[in-house]
Amino acid sequence: MATLSETVSETAPPQRRPKRADTPVAVGSHVVLIIWSLVVIGPLVWVFISSFKTDREIVSGDPLALPQQWNLDNFIKALTEGQLGRAMINTVLVVGAALVLVMLLGAMCAYVLARFEFFGRRAIYYLMLAGLTFPVFLAIVPLFFVLQNLGVLNTLPGLTLTYVAFALPFTVFFLYSFFQGLPGEISEAAAIDGAGRWRTFFSVMLPMATSGMASVAIFNFLGLWNQYLLPVALNTSRENWVLSQAVASFVSQAGYQSRQGQLFAAVVITIIPVLIAYILFQRQLQGSVSQGTMK
Amino acid sequence: MWSFDSISFFLVFLGLPLALFLTLVIWPFLQAAFYSFTNWGGFSQEFDIVGFDNYVRLVQDGTFLTALVNNVKLAIVIPLVTLVIALIFATLVTVGGRGIGQTVGVKNSGFYRVVSFFPYVIPAVVTAVIFMKVFDPSDGLLNRLLPAAFEQNWLGSVSTAMPASMVVIVWAGVGFYMLLFIAAIKSIPAEVYEAARLDGAGRLRTLWSVTLPSIRETVQTAWIYIGIAALDAFVFMHILNNSGGPDNSTLVMPQYLFRLAFSQNQFGYASAVGVAMAVVTLVFAALVFTINRLSGGSTRSS
Repeated sequence: MATLSETVSETAPPQRRPKRADTPVAVGSHVVLIIWSLVVIGPLVWVFISSFKTDREIVSGDPLALPQQWNLDNFIKALTEGQLGRAMINTVLVVGAALVLVMLLGAMCAYVLARFEFFGRRAIYYLMLAGLTFPVFLAIVPLFFVLQNLGVLNTLPGLTLTYVAFALPFTVFFLYSFFQGLPGEISEAAAIDGAGRWRTFFSVMLPMATSGMASVAIFNFLGLWNQYLLPVALNTSRENWVLSQAVASFVSQAGYQSRQGQLFAAVVITIIPVLIAYILFQRQLQGSVSQGTMK
Repeated sequence: MWSFDSISFFLVFLGLPLALFLTLVIWPFLQAAFYSFTNWGGFSQEFDIVGFDNYVRLVQDGTFLTALVNNVKLAIVIPLVTLVIALIFATLVTVGGRGIGQTVGVKNSGFYRVVSFFPYVIPAVVTAVIFMKVFDPSDGLLNRLLPAAFEQNWLGSVSTAMPASMVVIVWAGVGFYMLLFIAAIKSIPAEVYEAARLDGAGRLRTLWSVTLPSIRETVQTAWIYIGIAALDAFVFMHILNNSGGPDNSTLVMPQYLFRLAFSQNQFGYASAVGVAMAVVTLVFAALVFTINRLSGGSTRSS
């Protein structure tokens, strides 16, 4: 892992008096970045405004005009008729459970691989690499039958276990380098003090890995929250749908023009929690991205 | 050595994750490879081993070849466009500001960074749904904003369906890679930039001769990530054009696999498509490594 100490500080370095000749460059930079910001925000604003409009307004009105009335009908209908509320609960349950499990199992596995010498260690490491590179699609057909044989096809626990299994290689990889970087003396000291292997891990090593764990957890959360392929193939009964499936289902229903507003409301309901979480945690997330590049 | 503590430790710490991983990831992969040599339909227990028949059929299957070509187009265009835009924006944010000698990012760079990253936190499904509406021929945002002469059925005509889909994927991807590059650029010691600027290097020259060589490893990693994503692209394509688009112009391999497996019950053949996808992915990764090495980069994989 590269040292973080040499990086340019987050805040701009002490600035000399800007020279006039550089102004066009700065202006040009701003113009380009503002245009991109508009391209990013524009569609989101449009969706947000439209989610409050009646279907009549959406079809015939000015797309960027504010709604005549800010009513929440679309949201209520999307949550109840569209079963978005149910899907939201399912997603929170599945992603929450999977996240806790994969962080725990991933950290344990990475720790053993990183700090113990034993027969087959390299083989396991390469197997994980294979699991990370191969397209999930290749596994999807047999996976369907594996879950069926285990009796967990189309169930939330089945989906949770699948999420854990597929998020495991990434988690192990990231934490592997992290555990390798931790100083060996500390675990030795713990052993001399009489701590067993379990104790050493949970009381000494795991707390030291907190920052690495946080980064991986953020990525896993986003990855699992956004997962679409696995549920669409392996979790087909309607009452078990996760958010991504429910939102996608509005597309086919929106063919009937009367569901337009609900579709927009569904999109807003899905985006808002993630966007708020992102704005709150964005510093942390940026730290995670930079750690990811420097392993 | 072999106390209860040690044995239980290894069983739980290594055994548990490994059991899950082997059952739900590796075992299905192996099975898929095996089924690709059978004519298994999926629901009966009976099938015959047909050798390489599925693969022979694959290379003669026009629909599959269309899907393969579409994925290859995506794997060429998406990384190139996304990473170039991301690199330019990352440069502007970190070293595009005013000032001689010291390199300074533009003012309010935090704002641009946060906004650009929005698309990454929006689920891909939702991004696709948003843009399906943006491109909607009758009441989509784009046609409403454009003068009547430029209106198009963006996702419904052969000439625009693929480019429009690509725009969506680029929109979704730029923010993440921009952040990745910003982090990499910030880890370049500031003195290197100062030295280059004092030696009279302009901004473009600095980008080409200082920034790019220094963040080469990051670019390679990013290229592999996004290339592999483009070789899939299932979520976007599935939502934007469920049927594969006009004349299959946006059909991608995973969509075809999905159709074969779950609507046509050709599990054996679908598995062969999956194996082909895996091979294409590995070939792509090998290509990126080779190109990077031939053009003078280090061979160390990160």
